[in-house]
Amino acid sequence: MDRDVANSLNFLLDKLTGLLGRSVPEDHVAGHLIAAFLYVGLLLHLVAVSALVFIWMERKIAGRIQDRLGPTRVGGKFGWLQTLADGLKLLTKEDLTPTGADLFLFRIAPYVGFCASLGAFIAIPFAGQDFPFVAQHLNVGVFFVLAVMGIEVFSVILAGYASASKWSLFGAMREAAQVVSYEVPLGLCVVVPVMLAGSMDLVHLGDKQQGWFTNWYLLHDPFTFVIFWVYFTCATASVNRAPFDLAEAESELVAGFHTEYSGLRWSFFFMAEYGSMLAVSLLGAILFLGGWHGPVPVASLLGLAWENGPVWGYLGNLLGMVNLLAKAVLLVTVMIWVRWTLPRLRIDQVLTTCLKYCTPIAAAMFLGAATWHMAMPDRVFAGLLQAPEANRLLAEPSATPRLQKGGNL
Amino acid sequence: MHWPSFFFLLFGGFACLFAVAVVLASNIVRMAFYLVLSLAATSGLFFLAGADFVGAMQLMIYVGGTMVLLVFGVMLTSQSPFVSMRTSSGQMLTALVLGGTLLFVLSFTAFHVPAWQPTHRPAVDPNTPLLTATPIGMALEGYRVDQLDQPDPRIRQGMSGYLFPFIIISVHLLVVLVGAAYLARAKRRST
Repeated sequence: MDRDVANSLNFLLDKLTGLLGRSVPEDHVAGHLIAAFLYVGLLLHLVAVSALVFIWMERKIAGRIQDRLGPTRVGGKFGWLQTLADGLKLLTKEDLTPTGADLFLFRIAPYVGFCASLGAFIAIPFAGQDFPFVAQHLNVGVFFVLAVMGIEVFSVILAGYASASKWSLFGAMREAAQVVSYEVPLGLCVVVPVMLAGSMDLVHLGDKQQGWFTNWYLLHDPFTFVIFWVYFTCATASVNRAPFDLAEAESELVAGFHTEYSGLRWSFFFMAEYGSMLAVSLLGAILFLGGWHGPVPVASLLGLAWENGPVWGYLGNLLGMVNLLAKAVLLVTVMIWVRWTLPRLRIDQVLTTCLKYCTPIAAAMFLGAATWHMAMPDRVFAGLLQAPEANRLLAEPSATPRLQKGGNL
Repeated sequence: MHWPSFFFLLFGGFACLFAVAVVLASNIVRMAFYLVLSLAATSGLFFLAGADFVGAMQLMIYVGGTMVLLVFGVMLTSQSPFVSMRTSSGQMLTALVLGGTLLFVLSFTAFHVPAWQPTHRPAVDPNTPLLTATPIGMALEGYRVDQLDQPDPRIRQGMSGYLFPFIIISVHLLVVLVGAAYLARAKRRST
């Protein structure tokens, strides 16, 4: 947790309680607790509200693609309150548990998935520069996000097993096979930007691409351009979106691993799914699309930087956050578009796509990008431009490592 | 209240509690679930110690990978759903003796190695992340950056990194992968 935030909260508390004649020390536990709840509350709201918006978007876009209108009534125009009405309906549904189910595991499975999905957001930054908007600034942010999102599959296995239904078990098995095998090419894709930036720190990865869109890793060289699309395919598969939603194949498996779930528990699975969609989109935007540094560096052109004062710096970060969220929502929209355009793949096609296409392509592109980086270390935009001075000199943020003081690791 | 100690006890307590639950549970998937919780609490301990890389590694390999493999193995081999396993008291006793001996040896060692005694080094600055992955990567390449100021040249020579074990393990893994691919390959009919 950020000590600055906790200290400033304690400072505020000190001013408030000063009116009552009390005082709060700078390092009091209250500030830390409030800061922790603040971060978690913000992230929880982001996941929950974005799920509401994405479900509405999904229904609207699906309607338009199928030449329908989609929801139109609830909330006046455009049916924008449709998801809220859906949520109310889900709340009032009976919470069924199948006979013969393992009650404890059946009940806990949705929460495991949701926690894993939410946990990934702890290390995702929303703006960078000197004071990044991030709940916990980790030196190995990319790795942490991938590791935590890998736990989500466990909730699927638990749900499928605990339901005591063959449809659920088959669905869970398929989904687990798919998610676990797609982690290999996904990891290979993520390694390329990490190699280019020389760091696994997500804040550093975003800031390395600062400036114009020419500095984005998407356009760094032809190999990274290809690997972004491989990343996007693997990310779609690893969050079980169509065309990779074998696990929920209605025609054969009823509804896959969540066949036996209803009401609020069922909606927790969907919150987790939409949360993961947002998480992989944010990760893709930070790794390849410059993160909070837009196609046009509006913030730095307007002078919204921390050098010019905290208010301007904060505004610049806010603008960067809007920018990053816009990119992530764009990627989610593409996922929705793909879902309603392509037919569902068969299980053998899913595994062929992973093992025979994504993994070899990712490996070859990794080699290509490494060679390109060796040959032209300071060029960007397919080697046409010189990397700006600021980007080249940007060093990985780190405290003086303990090892320099002679201690052991 | 000293908060790092509080969280240490919390995570450590969870790890121990769920480890005991693994032993006492009879349903095999519940065992796996408790094992996941225990391992996740252990990774919490790593994060608490500032070893982010090792903590994420623990999540990735043990919690993510091993659990999925374990559950796969369990579910694809069990004959009927919700198989419960009963351990006989004889087995329980043997396990208790073996486990107790190991625990005694480990804790005896942990409390008697001078380098492992608690120190009173100040906590690190929590605002900027530590470089946790870089020294490990350098050590695997053959440079122990934490031992550069070792005064004794004889000891410094022995601290030249882990390149050799790393290569041996990589070759080992390659052999295992080749073997797995050989065993799993489709049998062609010779017609």
